[in-house]
Amino acid sequence: MKSKKILYLLLVLILLSTFLSGCRTKDTSSDQSQKDKNKIATLSYAVWDKNQEPVMRKLAEEFEKTHPNVKIKVQLTPFRQYWTKLETEANGENVPDVFWIQGPRFQKYAKAKLLMPLTDRIKKDNIDLNNYPQSLIDLYTYKNDIYAIPKDWDTTALWYNKKIFDDAKVPYPTDSWTWDDLRAAAKKLTDKSKGIYGIAAPQEDQQGYYNTIPQCGGFIISEDGTTSGYDKPESIEGIKCWIDLIKDGSSPTSKQLADTQPSNLFESGKLAMVFQGSWMIPEFTKNEYLKDKVDLVVMPKIKKRVAVIHGLGNAIYSKTKHPDEAWEFVKYLGSKEANEIVAKSGVVIPAYKSVLQIFIDANKGYNVKAYVDELEYSYMYPHSVDTAKWNQIELKYFTQVWNFQMSPEDACKKIAEEMNEVLRNEKK
Amino acid sequence: MYLKLKERANIPKLEKSKKYNTMKSKKINDYFWGYLMILPTVGGLTIFYIYPFFKTLFYSFTDLGTFGEYSIVGISNYIRLFSDTEVWMSLKNTLMFTIISVPISIFLSIVVATLLNSKIKGLTIYRTLYFLPAVTMPAAIAMVWKWLYNYDYGLINYILSKFGIEKIYWVSDPKIALYSIIAISVWSSVGYNMVIFLAGIQNISSTYYEAAAIDGANSINQFFKITIPLLTPTIFFVMVMSLIGAFQVFDYIFMIIGTSNPALKNTQSVVYLFYRSAFELGEKGYASAIAIMLFVIIMLITIVQLKLQKKWVNY
Repeated sequence: MKSKKILYLLLVLILLSTFLSGCRTKDTSSDQSQKDKNKIATLSYAVWDKNQEPVMRKLAEEFEKTHPNVKIKVQLTPFRQYWTKLETEANGENVPDVFWIQGPRFQKYAKAKLLMPLTDRIKKDNIDLNNYPQSLIDLYTYKNDIYAIPKDWDTTALWYNKKIFDDAKVPYPTDSWTWDDLRAAAKKLTDKSKGIYGIAAPQEDQQGYYNTIPQCGGFIISEDGTTSGYDKPESIEGIKCWIDLIKDGSSPTSKQLADTQPSNLFESGKLAMVFQGSWMIPEFTKNEYLKDKVDLVVMPKIKKRVAVIHGLGNAIYSKTKHPDEAWEFVKYLGSKEANEIVAKSGVVIPAYKSVLQIFIDANKGYNVKAYVDELEYSYMYPHSVDTAKWNQIELKYFTQVWNFQMSPEDACKKIAEEMNEVLRNEKK
Repeated sequence: MYLKLKERANIPKLEKSKKYNTMKSKKINDYFWGYLMILPTVGGLTIFYIYPFFKTLFYSFTDLGTFGEYSIVGISNYIRLFSDTEVWMSLKNTLMFTIISVPISIFLSIVVATLLNSKIKGLTIYRTLYFLPAVTMPAAIAMVWKWLYNYDYGLINYILSKFGIEKIYWVSDPKIALYSIIAISVWSSVGYNMVIFLAGIQNISSTYYEAAAIDGANSINQFFKITIPLLTPTIFFVMVMSLIGAFQVFDYIFMIIGTSNPALKNTQSVVYLFYRSAFELGEKGYASAIAIMLFVIIMLITIVQLKLQKKWVNY
């Protein structure tokens, strides 16, 4: 009995001591932050693209020069883990002060009140939102409040390997190409004895069917975000055109592409053409083997010209300890000066409209203007609150379509059914 | 490391001696120090295992979303679990994975351990080589195997083509991908199990072998009549641990099978499904129900194993 008492006493003591020490550290930390207000505020800035990381660091350094009381820590997390990490951090209320946000996740984060509304601060500091593409401002607006300042945007264009075209004596793609031209050229360029394919038809949304579906006259999600457009015959056309390329034998099969990414095939000279987003510019133009052999052109037209556009935004965590400093930093990231630095690096298309020419000049020798030209007929990346949920539905059925286990018609009908269900539940 | 493993392999024996000790009346003082010594472990277990377990159990009855908001929904997660074909498919995959990988791994480990117990040149080099996969990160193993398995540029298909065999979609053919993953898992687990078996084999007194040799038993007879029966406690331990590990397979599948891989449906394990539901779809309540289901299955199988051990394990 005595032993038990001693044991309990000890346990209680240990528990108490941990509680007390826990309290104490908490106290000191809040004291610390009180003092920090006059001293140095450390902001963490979460990003996911390693190609852009050096530029982001440079921006942070420039900002620190003019704001000696702020320190910026750039945190790089690979995209596949980025959101998992952020969500875990959100549960522990330990989210980075400033972080990149993308369209498909934005509404979910805004709805969960994780983002700081910026509308009032924008008004107070007289920031002209006309400097950014309107579609991006709309993307980051939720219930009349804007929650992120556009950082960049991206579209998809057709890259081609000039050497493979020369060897096969096929003229290079032009601005006036149609899908049929693409299909015919891809057939001619394919040389299976050398392991060369004309084009890759991967199961991709932004670099794939999100472009071709509206080009055929269909849509993914209605403008009010309540219904799926997958059961429209035009939408089904936008899927079929990719499957045709595989059937022709001009594209590697879906199994092959699961083993080796299209961009890797292109970089090793096994692919004559590939659809790639603008974030791939540094990847291709800095590749020793590839850089003298490639160029790009706008996507071929099907029924009409449409390109899906998506852009990232810089958002502030709603419970940040340093809201004012974080806003100063986000304001700087959205400024003309910061966008010029991004444009000069040439790694990504900056959101600030008037610096686009600097970006085009920074990539001399490549027709990166193709990405900018597409802005004119672009439409916003399809999204709703639970985008991730219907993205999984697309994935599930299209995997079967791409492997010829299901017809595009059946798959699209199924996707529309299940996606409508998700959209209905969202509104609840 | 070596000694520790040896101790773990002999856990049943230790428990026996403990029981014997409790029969003797011990001084209170001893208990106090005993409890104090286990306190850090018990504390850690409580904070990192027992508390989260009950939390998960609780969440499995809620619709916990991405950012921690939830309401209690009763058993609807479990009802959904039983009607979800993906759950059944992933259970089937996990079972297949376990049934094939565990016996092969144990068999190969015993064979390798026996071979490496003999006096051959460069023994330590072989032991190190076989143990290397156990100290390599699963992510690194997965990346290397992914390239070996590559359809167009992989080494395996290249060697096969030299023999005139057609290329195989190792990780994207739904019929083959699971076996490719099993091969990696067996390859990486043999080394670890081998060390435990080696400890078990070296624990067997050499007098048995000497007596058997005098009676005229050859080495194969010795292996089956002496080594295997006396190794059963170790086999039992390795089997229990490998089964639990196999049921929780995740890393190789996550690293090798991409989200648009046509073989995903046929390779997705229960833990992979849990990961996707919790972190990609943000349905943490439903994911908790999946985790609880897996826990119950593993628990039942382990109980059955513990009951059956009396039939075949010699102490």
